[in-house]
Amino acid sequence: MSNTTEQVVEVSRRDVLKGGAALTVAFFLPARGRATDGNADAAFAPNAFVRITPDDVVTVYAKHLEMGQGVYTGLATIVAEELDADWSQVRVEGAPANAKLYNNSAFGPMQGTGGSTSIANSWDQLRKAGATARALLVTAAAQRWGVPADEITVSRGKVEHAASKRSARFGELVAEAAKLPVPKDVKLKDPSQFTLIGKDTIRVDARDKANGTAMFTQDVRFPGMLTAAVVHPPRFGAKVKSFDAAKARAVKGVKTVVAFETPVRSGVAVLATDFWTAKKAAESIAVEWDETNAFRRSSADILAEYRELAKQPGRSARSEGDVEQAFKSAARVLEAVYEFPYLAHASMEPLNCVVRIGARECEVWNGEQFQTVDQASIARLLGLPPSNVRLHQLYAGGSFGRRANPKSDYLLEAVAIAKAAGVDVPVKLVWTREQDTRAGFYRPIYVHALKAGLDKDGNLIAWRHRIVGQSIMGEAALFGPPQAIDTTSVEGASTLPYSIPNLAVELHTTKVGVPVQWWRSVGSTHTAFSTECFLDEIARATGRDPYEFRRSLLSSKHSRHLAALDLVAEKSGWKNARPKDEVWGLALHESFNSVVAQVAQLKRLGDGFKLHKVVCAVDCGLAINPNIVAMQMESGIGYGLSAALTGAITLRDGVVEQGNFDDYPVLRMNQMPAVDVYIVPSQANPTGVGEPATPVIAPALANALATATGKPVYALPLSAQGITLA
Amino acid sequence: MITLDINGKTFETDADPDTPLLWVLRDHLGLTGTKYGCGKALCGACTVHLNGQPVRSCVMPVSAAANAKITTIEAVGESAVGKAVQDAWAAESVAQCGYCQSGQIMSATALLMTNKSPTDEDIDAAMSGNVCRCATYVRIRAAIKRAANALS
Ligand code: FES
Ligand code: FES
Repeated sequence: MSNTTEQVVEVSRRDVLKGGAALTVAFFLPARGRATDGNADAAFAPNAFVRITPDDVVTVYAKHLEMGQGVYTGLATIVAEELDADWSQVRVEGAPANAKLYNNSAFGPMQGTGGSTSIANSWDQLRKAGATARALLVTAAAQRWGVPADEITVSRGKVEHAASKRSARFGELVAEAAKLPVPKDVKLKDPSQFTLIGKDTIRVDARDKANGTAMFTQDVRFPGMLTAAVVHPPRFGAKVKSFDAAKARAVKGVKTVVAFETPVRSGVAVLATDFWTAKKAAESIAVEWDETNAFRRSSADILAEYRELAKQPGRSARSEGDVEQAFKSAARVLEAVYEFPYLAHASMEPLNCVVRIGARECEVWNGEQFQTVDQASIARLLGLPPSNVRLHQLYAGGSFGRRANPKSDYLLEAVAIAKAAGVDVPVKLVWTREQDTRAGFYRPIYVHALKAGLDKDGNLIAWRHRIVGQSIMGEAALFGPPQAIDTTSVEGASTLPYSIPNLAVELHTTKVGVPVQWWRSVGSTHTAFSTECFLDEIARATGRDPYEFRRSLLSSKHSRHLAALDLVAEKSGWKNARPKDEVWGLALHESFNSVVAQVAQLKRLGDGFKLHKVVCAVDCGLAINPNIVAMQMESGIGYGLSAALTGAITLRDGVVEQGNFDDYPVLRMNQMPAVDVYIVPSQANPTGVGEPATPVIAPALANALATATGKPVYALPLSAQGITLA
Repeated sequence: MITLDINGKTFETDADPDTPLLWVLRDHLGLTGTKYGCGKALCGACTVHLNGQPVRSCVMPVSAAANAKITTIEAVGESAVGKAVQDAWAAESVAQCGYCQSGQIMSATALLMTNKSPTDEDIDAAMSGNVCRCATYVRIRAAIKRAANALS
């Protein structure tokens, strides 16, 4: 047995058993109310983000999931900045589930991570939390030394009174600071005083993620824990009719075999001592499925239906002027139809979680993205009050939206299995890569039909954009009743920044039966492509430069778009002559309140092309950690490029045709371009960076290809169009 | 019983001989730094060293690993090359979600053990079996070069 792993688990278990009591020994600092009365629950008061212990460790409680985007570092940086902590004394822990304390103010009331909102919705909150802690430490020092508080300075974890040559580490002041009343108002720093924000501090998870000690849910082990491997239905909506598990039950190490059913999925699970035993046994089970309500359509047939719908007017999502009239008077009309497939998130860590059902409570270990949604779903399934469902936050091996499942699908599956098995030991549900790929909750199929009208001078006078596809929000049914227009279906199109006098955006919302979900950058995954490619098509048709054309359509109201566009043009040398063997493409798009512009630089290589570099400019407000912003731009480009090149989930007779990285290929080292990132200088409040780079690369690349070959790209992925890059 | 030599220590396992080394490491021996990503030698998350060679432990039956010297992410830092790679990984801020990185580091270390100054083509060839869904490839490349420099 590896001691390290066992120790890690034991520690987290002890913490669980002790619960919040551990916090009462600490200097726990919410902005309102603190645990000074020995009541552990009182410690969890609103704005419970900072804890400082006598050992001089500053623990920041992250209400958001660290799934790779660097949010633990970003959140801690904000706190440490206002606290004037030393970066080396800062630790981060995932906060427990609590919608009130840890609400996401961007889309709550709920605790959850998504929409690239983590830093933006934490900015004020965490600045205050850090500044409050600092103020109390200063007051404690002032009282201890009998000196005026305003003569005290704080720097890098040290509180100092220069005149009397006295100083103390934070840890030494904890006991006194904990007794003081919490000030209501605290002064925040002027940005000119920032010492951590705007600097490339080392990520708090960098070391553990380079030596194998970072704990993912897959790595959780408990004595007596059982691992569940499952048999999933071949089609969405199929249910277990009967199954024969005689062989599976006879396998050494198998504890039990059970059928399970959740609102999302029906199946059979083998619980065994370890994954391989469970998986082998699961493969020996013969299941007869009831396919009465099973989904049996094919991607080709869904696309055909959508193409027809795209020919008819849809529900209006935006309307300015009179497009139909403008088309009649137009000297020239251009039309294009764009098609997008289902996409799986395919995070590196196949979905899994650990649950333990007790007499009157349930514990969950997971990389939790939708804490309070999952807590409520599990509580409902077990008939418990939500507060009896305790979530333990771990690192997530990616998500890209998938773990924020509106139906809590894999979590409910684990709970249903543990319940059906009637065991009170922890149960770890592990999906295979194939099961992860085939479980649905995809980025939906969309068809877009665009039409543009030009006057006799080639000016763009009319733009009609029709979108056909499933409603992610409507099907999620999490945020109130379905809206007539799901803004996530049209975002990026309905928010088109270009000034066009007659403009219409229309939506056809379809019902299909394939579960869909937000996928890194949501609506922009398709709207950025159709709008930016069509715009280039108009530019080519009228002989205009793509950069100048965009500029001419952006009013000063869109200064951030202009800034990102100008920056990428300047840094890429857009206005200069290209190297002889290169063709470039440009795209610009706003999502999650950030604006990204990219130039994709293709190099000719024999008959084909290689994407050798992407120049990226982003306006994301104030960059808390510029290095992490750059990382997210690189990551978004790689993720978006992967989908653009080869990403497609297809269905045939209801069966998902892909399963693993051989038939659902993803971007590899040899396909990754160099990436240069430039951040538009800004003092504005920070905006999202996790998603906004993702949707921009596909149109930038397609625009380069169209320029090079004269053939625009009307459907993704490129591989399905016979286009591969070197 | 199969006897394994992992990270210089001797382990015994009663796992079925056809159990992939990956699951023996993770579930039987508690060495969870080595990750499961695909189970089919398609992603590299499970890469370990077998007698210094990078292998995909998800498709290697544990019986085939008996009598070999196995090194995993838990101990790769004990070698000068492994340590340089891990340091370079932190210095270049490679890891995002981190899930693929054990495998990346094992592959990169194996590369640098046989090739002191890999070219971009060498890096592509050695690393293209390792998927990173967070697309940290730009930094992996930079970190390999940094480690190579540090070692030279
Ligand atoms: S898990 Fe072994 S190569 Fe993917
Ligand atoms: S860092 Fe997330 S998969 Fe590589």
